[in-house]
Amino acid sequence: MIVLKDVRKSYVLPKVTVEVLRGIDMEVAEKEFMAIMGPSGSGKSTLLHIIGCLDRPTSGTYMLFGVDVSRKTDNELAELRNRKLGFVFQSFNLLPRFPAWKNVELPLLYSGVHATERKQKALEILAKVGLSHRAEHYSNELSGGEQQRVAIARALINNPAIILADEPTGNLDSRSGKEIMEIFKGLNKEGVTIILVTHEKEIAEQAGRTITIKDGMCQGGCY
Amino acid sequence: MDVTEILTMSKDALMSNRIRSALTMLGVIIGVASVIMLISIGEGARAYIHRELGNLGTNILLVVPGKTSAKGGFHPPEASTIRKLIYDDAVIIKKRTKHVADAVPVFLGSSKIKYLNQSRDNSVAGVTETYFDMRNLAVESGRFISESDVDSKRKVAVLGRTVKRDLFGDKNALGTLVTVGDSKYRVIGVMEKKGVTLGIDFDDIVFIPTTSAQELFDTDRLFNITIKVKSSKELAEATAEIKQILMKRHAGREDFTVMSQDEMLGVMTKVLNILTAVLAGIAAISLLVGGIGIMNIMLVSVRERIREIGIRKALGAKNRDILIQFLSESVALSLLGGSIGVLLGSAISLGLPYFLEFLPTQISWWSIFIAFFFSASVGIFFGVYPARKASLYDPITALRYE
Repeated sequence: MIVLKDVRKSYVLPKVTVEVLRGIDMEVAEKEFMAIMGPSGSGKSTLLHIIGCLDRPTSGTYMLFGVDVSRKTDNELAELRNRKLGFVFQSFNLLPRFPAWKNVELPLLYSGVHATERKQKALEILAKVGLSHRAEHYSNELSGGEQQRVAIARALINNPAIILADEPTGNLDSRSGKEIMEIFKGLNKEGVTIILVTHEKEIAEQAGRTITIKDGMCQGGCY
Repeated sequence: MDVTEILTMSKDALMSNRIRSALTMLGVIIGVASVIMLISIGEGARAYIHRELGNLGTNILLVVPGKTSAKGGFHPPEASTIRKLIYDDAVIIKKRTKHVADAVPVFLGSSKIKYLNQSRDNSVAGVTETYFDMRNLAVESGRFISESDVDSKRKVAVLGRTVKRDLFGDKNALGTLVTVGDSKYRVIGVMEKKGVTLGIDFDDIVFIPTTSAQELFDTDRLFNITIKVKSSKELAEATAEIKQILMKRHAGREDFTVMSQDEMLGVMTKVLNILTAVLAGIAAISLLVGGIGIMNIMLVSVRERIREIGIRKALGAKNRDILIQFLSESVALSLLGGSIGVLLGSAISLGLPYFLEFLPTQISWWSIFIAFFFSASVGIFFGVYPARKASLYDPITALRYE
């Protein structure tokens, strides 16, 4: 489903060019639960962003669902993110102005779903992550674990094929972290592909497969 | 996203920062309100002048000594001596013209008026019986000066209301004798309230027969000849006739001016139009400043919400979605500000004459439309740059922004 060939990413800064990814070759199969590990600055987040179509590789090819992503326009990428991909971030990234259910329905706003249907769906998904009673709460009224569950609900609302999580347990206590990981495992059992970036060994061990990135290169597990 | 969706989104965003939104709108409100207010003052002044000149009678020509132009501009002095206009000029104009209904030789001077121990310095006008009809004047009690009063140089006076009140109070004035200058005049009438018309207070004048005035002021120099033309279509012909007759009597020189009220109206309207345009222009500048305020605050708002932009993009928002989101906020600000400004401007325009009686106002629909649509376009124009900036943020950069 996901095939990367010699993917490189470099940033041009005023004085130097920083190579973050230096030739990544990897594949991810459908319904896989994969962890990307690596020390900070290894380029694992950048890799996740490229897989998630938030960023484009400087060179190399990235085939997603059998299509070369580099040929797609920004709008097509936005549509892809909207309908096929779901993001979960370390810092939750909820909009503080909105209650939980409004955060959850946000992706549906950009796929043109009608307001009443949006709310209904958002409440359904919130129930699935066990937060029905928190639907009207704002993010500052929620615990870290609850916020992350709202974020997962938001990622799930369009029934994505892939969930991309960037250190989803990094800001959570170990108990909440466990709960989140249980949710991911459950989703994976339902058939959702999960790619998770982490630097914690215990987290990575829960995934089906782990790849290790160091200095922008694959250290192991890429195939 | 449909329109209600976009509007709800703008409402949420603007309501989350109420004071800032209100202050930003205030700029537009003031701009729109002042455009409407100043135009309504200009229009009101125009309507006022039309009404006042109508009050002073229609189809009127004034002949005054000296060559001036009512159309503006200067004329070099053509002669060192200006021949005065005299009583006979008026008589001959009336006799020898086809288009003139009547010509009244008017004397105007100042004189001491006394009744018992009350006295005041007053404007005294010498007129004939037809003057009252020409100028749409009316008596409250008694009668006007009559033809025979003029012919036999009778010492009779018609008092303006203010004069009567000052000298007599509530007492009856009709039939009493007042001293004008050195001689006694019998009061035959008191004028109805007319008020100040174009700077002349008709309530503060004493009217006497023109023949008596000539004697009182001991001069044959007329203040003007007030002429009533038979119809508005004949104004030009009448003016030509009058000029021809007077030039013949003045040794071929045009040392007098025939002014028509329409001409005066034209000049004043022209001045007022310029004034209105200048005022509206200044107000429009304040609207522009309001627009810059919107742009300023939208730039701040975009900067504050870079992370939100990143999140929305990660969730599938296209550049266009972000553009519309921010643009609709600035348009909402300016439209709401514009609407409040229209209401406020109209309210002030309606209320102003109650506080400042000398300032008549008249709201014109076109000024409301212009102000409103101008404010809307200000919102779009000044909203595009911040909204475009917002929409072009790279999602990764925006997500990482702290």
